Amino acid sequence: MQTLTNKALAVQRQPMTFWERLYLINIIKGMMITFSHMFKKQPTIRYPEQKREFSPVFRGLHVLNRDEEGRERCTACGLCAVACPAEAITMEAAERMEGEENIYREEKYAAKYEINMLRCIFCGLCEEACPKDAIYLSETFAPANYTRKGFIYDKNDLLIPNPLTNAADYAKAKGVQA
Amino acid sequence: MTLLSFDWALVIEKLILIVIIVLTTLLITLYTTFGERKVAAILQDRPGPNRAGPFGLLQPLADGLKLIMKEEIIPTSASKWLFILGPGLAMTASLMTSAVIPWGTDIHLFGRTIALQVADINIGILYIFAVVSMGVYGIMIGGWASNNKFSLMSALRAASQAISYEIAMGLALIALLMTTGSLSLKTIVADQAAGNWWNVVYQPLGFIIFFICAMAECNRTPFDLPEAENELNFGYHQEYSSMKLGFYLFAEYVNMIMSSAIMASMYFGGYDLPFFDETTVAPNIAAMIGVGTLLIKIVLFVFLFMWIRWTIPRFRYDQLMNLGWKTMIPLALFNMLLTGALILAKL
Repeated sequence: MQTLTNKALAVQRQPMTFWERLYLINIIKGMMITFSHMFKKQPTIRYPEQKREFSPVFRGLHVLNRDEEGRERCTACGLCAVACPAEAITMEAAERMEGEENIYREEKYAAKYEINMLRCIFCGLCEEACPKDAIYLSETFAPANYTRKGFIYDKNDLLIPNPLTNAADYAKAKGVQA
Repeated sequence: MTLLSFDWALVIEKLILIVIIVLTTLLITLYTTFGERKVAAILQDRPGPNRAGPFGLLQPLADGLKLIMKEEIIPTSASKWLFILGPGLAMTASLMTSAVIPWGTDIHLFGRTIALQVADINIGILYIFAVVSMGVYGIMIGGWASNNKFSLMSALRAASQAISYEIAMGLALIALLMTTGSLSLKTIVADQAAGNWWNVVYQPLGFIIFFICAMAECNRTPFDLPEAENELNFGYHQEYSSMKLGFYLFAEYVNMIMSSAIMASMYFGGYDLPFFDETTVAPNIAAMIGVGTLLIKIVLFVFLFMWIRWTIPRFRYDQLMNLGWKTMIPLALFNMLLTGALILAKL
């Protein structure tokens, strides 16, 4: 019969020979294959001790950024919340008081800033929308939690450590953020 | 007083030996389950259990604890006594085999000569066959008492499989007995250890037949039709829970170790360490070396069992029966005939 492609293979229908019917040779061949796998490198990443390296474009957990002087960049403009397709972001704005210039960069700041990680789809649109470079997606992901409430991350969870008072943690956070 | 005139020290000595053998067997079995998972993992490029303790070494203890802590369920429609009897019988039968295996040469302790064998009976191999056949009852009773159609079908499979393969196994052994001329395992091993070739050299075909049949007797893959999960849910122990289930699973591994020990004893020289003259060291040390050698041989066989399990898929039922009746039994008969002819020709 004319075949349409050169990929077609005729099915072998002839009865098995004596050696094939013994199966033993093929079984030994198969056992050699499995034995060779004993010496292969395991692709397993032993999770809590070893972590998988994410690509630089990985969109993970959010980070609220600070500037070089350790002041919060967010001005609670709400653009991220508007851009968010999952409506995961809520915030409340507040006015900066006298003497708080070293905490907040501009006159307005976010008194409350919450992201519901169960709603978030990690699309990164908040990152694109932010005019102040205040929100970034890092290279980690939200760890497991026992309650739904635990997945609502507030400012304490999101804010990057202060580069002036807590330089080591800041560098670490920067490191995973890349 | 004539009743008390027998050797009490012998009774105590044998009791201690029995306890040691049973406990070691159980301990080794515990770690065989762990070994099985590790071997499976390594053959499949995985790390295997590695969380409980260093390298996961405490995993079998955790598994055992889990099984003991589980709720014990006896189905209302089950036959209660038989339901409880089943796993016990399976376990007893598999442990009883250890009685005739010679674990090493004699040791001398407290002025006594202690044989490292619970019972040197002159029909050792016959005894093994009797006990192995009893193992089927454990499965059969368990499957029947569960009052579950899948369990019953699986038990029937196990029984028919065991019966079919026992014939070829026995025929393969008859050929071996023709060359050794003794049914006592002690004599068979001692003959091999005395500097002769191991029996596998004289009986290669017989060994292959025996090995395949032993695999079928242990219900190991590729002959694990009684436990064919995709057809029978779980097999004959479907209704079992807690340690009763554990006993069934355990019995399978004990069976594996025991058949490894029997194969090592009958075909691979038992406690005989090759190219080593035992008379050059003290008899007690020689005996210990012998025990170690036998254990290493057992471990190698157990590894072979596992290796095969994680390589070959399960047989179909008709293939299993074809192999047993149309291939194994004629082959074993041929082997017997050949052995007989060779012995005659030599004489």
